[in-house]
Amino acid sequence: MKKFLALMLALMMVFALAACGKQAAPAASDTDVKGEGVMTYEEYAAAAIDDPVVVETYVQATQSWWDNTITVYSQDKDGAYFIYNMACSEEDAAKLVPGTKIKVTGYKAEWSGEIEIADATFEIEEGSYIAEPLDVTALLGKDELADKQNMKVAFKGMTVEDSGNGSAFMYNWDGSGSQGDDVYFTVSKDGSSYSFLIESYLCSSDTEVYKAAEALKVGDVIDMEGFLYWYEGVQPHITSISPAA
Amino acid sequence: MKKCLSILLACIMLLSLFSLSGCHGSRGMDEFVIPEEFDDSRSFEITFWAKNDTNKTQTDIYHKAISDFEKIYPNIKVNIRLYTDYSKIYNDVITNISTNTTPNVCITYPDHIATYMTGINVVVPLDELFENENYGLGGTRVAFDSVSREELIPEFLDECMISGTYYAIPYMRSTEACYVNRTYVEKLGYTLPETLTWDFVWEVSEAALKKNADGTFAINGQNVMIPFIYKSSDNMMITMLRQKDAPYSTDEGAIGIFNDTTSELLLDISGHTKSGAFSTFKVSGYPANFLNAGQCIFAVDSTAGATWMGSHAPLSDISEDKFVEFETEVMTVPQFDPADPKMISQGPSICIFNKEDPQEVLASWLFAQYMLTNDVQIAYSETEGYVPVTSRARDSAEYRDYISRSGEDNGLHYYVKIKASELLTENTENTFVTPVFNGSASLREAASQLVESVVKSTRRREAVNDEYIEKLYSNVTSLYRLDSSGASAAVSGRDAKDLGPLPKESVILLSVLAGVWVLIGAYYITEHVKKKTGQNS
Repeated sequence: MKKFLALMLALMMVFALAACGKQAAPAASDTDVKGEGVMTYEEYAAAAIDDPVVVETYVQATQSWWDNTITVYSQDKDGAYFIYNMACSEEDAAKLVPGTKIKVTGYKAEWSGEIEIADATFEIEEGSYIAEPLDVTALLGKDELADKQNMKVAFKGMTVEDSGNGSAFMYNWDGSGSQGDDVYFTVSKDGSSYSFLIESYLCSSDTEVYKAAEALKVGDVIDMEGFLYWYEGVQPHITSISPAA
Repeated sequence: MKKCLSILLACIMLLSLFSLSGCHGSRGMDEFVIPEEFDDSRSFEITFWAKNDTNKTQTDIYHKAISDFEKIYPNIKVNIRLYTDYSKIYNDVITNISTNTTPNVCITYPDHIATYMTGINVVVPLDELFENENYGLGGTRVAFDSVSREELIPEFLDECMISGTYYAIPYMRSTEACYVNRTYVEKLGYTLPETLTWDFVWEVSEAALKKNADGTFAINGQNVMIPFIYKSSDNMMITMLRQKDAPYSTDEGAIGIFNDTTSELLLDISGHTKSGAFSTFKVSGYPANFLNAGQCIFAVDSTAGATWMGSHAPLSDISEDKFVEFETEVMTVPQFDPADPKMISQGPSICIFNKEDPQEVLASWLFAQYMLTNDVQIAYSETEGYVPVTSRARDSAEYRDYISRSGEDNGLHYYVKIKASELLTENTENTFVTPVFNGSASLREAASQLVESVVKSTRRREAVNDEYIEKLYSNVTSLYRLDSSGASAAVSGRDAKDLGPLPKESVILLSVLAGVWVLIGAYYITEHVKKKTGQNS
């Protein structure tokens, strides 16, 4: 019994030390330490359109690989980076799972209001980080929302509206599509309406969120998570839908 | 031993022959032969891959056409698959050719058909079908009022001919137009000429860059102004070269695009990009969004995009509060010689894929023909700045009435849209198409790449000079495989990877051939060893 107790105590000490170890480095979890020649998020945000940029960031999600390119939703602890059509082999694409740290070299670009990194190449680095969604419901309709562009975000307690054709959603922006295409739906908060979508290259028709969007009904009150994409204004790419908590 | 080997070799040779015949089957189907009679007693299910401009009215018209056709032919069921992008259809067809799962009927570009035709008897040649007395164009046994060949606009039909044979029928035609903010042009002190020239467009565009003391543009008081935006950079280069009578490609597929005129044009484009006067859709966004927000003066886009253009455009991606009031003028694309205008002819055509069952192919052909009837042609052309491809539709009272009511409202009779249609009907003889050959789709992508690369590099403050252009030509040649091996053998990198694994029969054949060589080798060595052993003993 003594031996057993001693063993238990020793194990508890080891676990406690490990836990303390984690707490001992709070700085590392608050902000990113960048490698040599790599921009901080602040420097990236300050860079002009068409400037060359080098960033270290973490994959949060990817669109489907196509024609040796992949589009990546990425974020570090300070901000988000949308990497459009990054050069990538099919083999490497499989390695870009959420959390993967990548060093990206490309050019800052703007397309219809969306700030992105274009013509990019990348290398995988050691490290992992998955961002927690930031609740931006209160920022909808405000200019400050643009500062959160491309981040993993959450919207709480929004009401599903008629999408314009009497139903709660449409395939493509005007209903011209069919299952498999992007799903558009309108949600409102405090009297203002917004167009959100399920980007089919990010979440295909066999994903839970795609099916959840197809099951929406006008009047449903929902919580959502997604990425704060921009196209001539805010147009979030939604990745999860659930009844409002 | 010799006997045994001989028997084995003979068996392998026989197997090879069987394999060869198997491969013949997989490489291509038998040539389509028109059945004497369409079999009404059988049911057919055909697939139709259709392209729309992300336009609900267009998809409704497709659905109505199918429903109307199925009432006439209750034994033919048509399943539609909708696309909004020609290149997606192209890639899906390429992928499906290798698995013999192509659609029956498909909206396409002739450039793409040329690539589809690398498979044997994959695409149905239409010459004999056109002429067939019973089921051809205007055929006596077609169950609806089919259009005659003479009713197809000859210029549009000719575009569907590849190497002397028709492989498609035209469905809709459009061209490019320059949508102009006349208000801003005049505010800058200029008067629009009857025909736009490149010199005029560049001059006004440079003049529009003047800024106020606070950094906003003087012409619009905004922070954004890109005076000239071209949607399709491939069309831009192709049209400029045609207007200059400079080489692009020959009918046989010899590449001519990398020439001194192209270099001069690229350096000129670079200069106007550097000043901020010019950009493209791929770099900045849709020209319509900038035009309607008063952030662009010359927006070149398809006439099939006319409903998105102008202060009162019925379709828009920008919010109401961003619209700016101005007068929209619809003009031909800029010209080098206004006395001899040249503009591209584009728009969807329809091709038919071959199948094992000729009756199924005939059912497909009947449906394709139905898409040329007035109900479909007039309704679809009214959705955008398209023109019908038949004189029957163009001369009909219904279509004439539609055209005559231009400007009555900002919906069906939106004046920019109708003016865009008229631009093509008035200039049909001034339109051109590029030669079609296996590889012409890649050459078109290369033309786009030249412009896009120059625009991007200039914006990124790279030196764009003769040396740069030379290197660009080399890179583009390599990327799109436009080298000395001939464009006719070229398939873009995207297509090449989609060809899929070798067919089973080919693998068997190659394995058998390898086996034969191994056995021949084994036989030779055995004989050699025997001889040596005999000599030694």
